[in-house]
Amino acid sequence: MAYWNEHWETMPREELEAYQSEKLVWQVKRCYENVECFRNRMDELGLTPEEIHGIEDLPKLPFSYKKDLRDYYPYGLFAAPMKDIVRIHASSGTTGKRIVAGYTKNDLEVWADGAARVLTSVGLGEGDIIQVSYGYGLFTGGLGLHGGAEKIGATVIPMSSGNTALQIQTMIDLKATALCCTPSYAMYLGEEVQRLGVQDQLSLKAGIFGAEPWSEEMRRQIEAALGIRAYDIYGLTEIIGPGVSGECEYQAGMHVWEDHFIPEIIDPDTLEPLPVGSEGELVFTTITKEGMPMIRYRTRDICRLDPVPCKCGRTHYRMMKPHGRTDDMLIIRGVNVFPSQIEEVLLGFTMGGITPNYQIIVDRVNHTDTFDINVEMSEEFFADDMKSIEKLEGEITAKLRSVLGIGAKVHLVSPKSIARSEGKAKRVIDKRKI
Amino acid sequence: MFATQLSVFVENKTGRLSEILNAFSEHHINIRALSIAENSEFGILRLIVKETERAYDILKREGFIVKKTEVISLPLEDKPGALAKIVDKLSEEGVGIEYLYAFVSPENGANVVFRLDNPEKGGKLFK
Repeated sequence: MAYWNEHWETMPREELEAYQSEKLVWQVKRCYENVECFRNRMDELGLTPEEIHGIEDLPKLPFSYKKDLRDYYPYGLFAAPMKDIVRIHASSGTTGKRIVAGYTKNDLEVWADGAARVLTSVGLGEGDIIQVSYGYGLFTGGLGLHGGAEKIGATVIPMSSGNTALQIQTMIDLKATALCCTPSYAMYLGEEVQRLGVQDQLSLKAGIFGAEPWSEEMRRQIEAALGIRAYDIYGLTEIIGPGVSGECEYQAGMHVWEDHFIPEIIDPDTLEPLPVGSEGELVFTTITKEGMPMIRYRTRDICRLDPVPCKCGRTHYRMMKPHGRTDDMLIIRGVNVFPSQIEEVLLGFTMGGITPNYQIIVDRVNHTDTFDINVEMSEEFFADDMKSIEKLEGEITAKLRSVLGIGAKVHLVSPKSIARSEGKAKRVIDKRKI
Repeated sequence: MFATQLSVFVENKTGRLSEILNAFSEHHINIRALSIAENSEFGILRLIVKETERAYDILKREGFIVKKTEVISLPLEDKPGALAKIVDKLSEEGVGIEYLYAFVSPENGANVVFRLDNPEKGGKLFK
């Protein structure tokens, strides 16, 4: 049984919870002193940091939301001075503006430690060669797994995403023993490996896949196609990035690193905390994070926590795969997309040839998400030539790509051709069966 | 010589063309000439019909995007070089052709329909 950090990972619950209480008190105090948004919310509730004595007081605290990151963009939620912020990452917001997260040196340590625990718990370590095929850059996927892989002393191949042929060649030539990417890309790589008949040239033994929902069926297919064991990893930029939780070798839910992130499950309607084991919305409080701490951050992911001790010996609760959202966020090719972002872009074109009626159609073809947007053209715009229509489609496509960070196929369609039910068009059709 | 053409926006979706044709059939609209420009996403159906106004109203009622476009329709002699003569004349005068298509009518034989970038100047050439 290999642990990255045995002391913390196997800490008895009582001791772990005492530590959580101590850190929560510390975090609430410094958030109150340094983060205006949090202080205002506490004041509105008539609550002072002195009234928070431990995790039993967690339900008293106000929630925080993705919208806060936009309202206080870019640095308004940081609790540490800018001189201590050493890294910025970003993710999509609910509208055109991205959200940013700041990390102190210690935050990067905590993050790498979380990812290192996941990598170690699936049997990786020194001597392993890990190909990181998540995108590098502002997206947390690439650098998040990179940090964890370096920490455990593995050899890292910072491939980033794209160029499938080169990905496979690299895996073969450099004898990669593990692969990190989105599960849908792993499916695609697996298919290509089968098509090329090169499975026996691979040295892969494990894959760590996250950033989008996937099923047990997909896991079996990926494992068969690549000849590996496939593990799930979870994280979000607002909390820290990939490595908030991850599966161990038993593939039975993702251990949440509770010495850094306290999970709660709430009823998204009544906002009341639910007993451990119930299904509801996942809420996180970051108790050690310095740069951009989050108190009771509503992830909008629906899942369940399993408190039953795991065979691996870790005492940290396991979260089951999130299988839905309490908002309308879509995850397309690993990228978070909100219909409101698309709507905002389209509204910018309503003077130039389209109506605000649109429909987003997401499907999965050959294990890759397809992303189509039908937009009703305005009657006045049509003028008997192909070029102006093609040009408008091109302009909308380019604008969407720059806002969403992902390509969509835009189709101009006839006015009133998008089906409406009770007068309102259904905005999103997600045909994926995951 | 000048003719009014109906230009209809048609999404690349099974059944769109038959919707138009069935509407015409139902209302006894006779199509004289027809051409389609398309890419993988959509097409523009260009039609010359006998009762342009009535056909226009029918398409509108059916919810299509339809525009009336002025084109030039010229009878063509049935011999080699007839079309080349017309096209040469246009190019000599610097009049560009956006598109053209041909059809045969029982009365006039071969006809060619032009959409020109300068319809006024082009029209004068063939008076």
